[in-house]
Amino acid sequence: MVHWTDEERQAITSIWAEVNVEEAGHQALTRVLVVYPWTQRYFSTFGNVSNATAIAGNHMVRAHGKRVVVALGDAIKNLDNVKATYAKLSELHSEKLHVDPENFKLLGETLIISLAAQFGAAFTPDIQAAWQKLMAVVTAALSKQYY
Amino acid sequence: MTLSAHDKELVAKTWTKIAPKAAQIGGEALGRLIAVFPQTKTYFSHFADLSASSPQIKAHGAKVLGAIGQAVSGIDNVSASLSKLSELHAYNLRVDPANFKLLAHTLLVTLSAYLGAEFTPEVHLAWDKFLALVATVLSEKYR
Repeated sequence: MVHWTDEERQAITSIWAEVNVEEAGHQALTRVLVVYPWTQRYFSTFGNVSNATAIAGNHMVRAHGKRVVVALGDAIKNLDNVKATYAKLSELHSEKLHVDPENFKLLGETLIISLAAQFGAAFTPDIQAAWQKLMAVVTAALSKQYY
Repeated sequence: MTLSAHDKELVAKTWTKIAPKAAQIGGEALGRLIAVFPQTKTYFSHFADLSASSPQIKAHGAKVLGAIGQAVSGIDNVSASLSKLSELHAYNLRVDPANFKLLAHTLLVTLSAYLGAEFTPEVHLAWDKFLALVATVLSEKYR
């Protein structure tokens, strides 16, 4: 079981309360597709995702980014049981979507960077540390059902 | 992975923007490294203060970003620009190369916090590639 300090919980929920879910998701997923273009392999059904402009304007990318960050909300609501909360999602990513778990790390990183862009100095080192821990927990939970 | 002309242009443009605050940004990036990846503190056991706001950490971060600035000026031959530092890291400092990636990440986060919307996905990509190149150069004499 993951142990969260009160400060870490506070860092996560206080930022989450102010996050623009659709925008953060769009930013994070756009960055993944632009900065690590090999990830475009998972989005062949999304139309044009071959360059930064196309990606940023792609409404399927926007919708998907939002979906991912909405799902993150489930983890945040269940910080003491992320593994169980994400069991089905993990199976989906492994068995249906066939996503290399390395990608969870990439999205975690770009989400952190997107949050830094939105919050600036308010995204302090300690707050970043709490969110990095959350990303690591989410990555582990999503990777759990792979075998 | 090589830097395109466009990547180099974006890195240079960003540098011009952040140069006046380079010391703060470097200090903050190293502070974030220590806070987010506490295992990196093992390389600074000789610092009296290892909190994220430590003046020693801030000064050292400023130094590191200064060196990155040198690499920006010599972006067409980063290997030559950082040759001495490459030797220093290989023979004296021997920082495990995995840590270069961690610092690259916290520097990207810091740039994002300072530049906001100006830190576009393309600028982010250019810096990610450039910092990966810097990391490669710094570890190229390790063995």
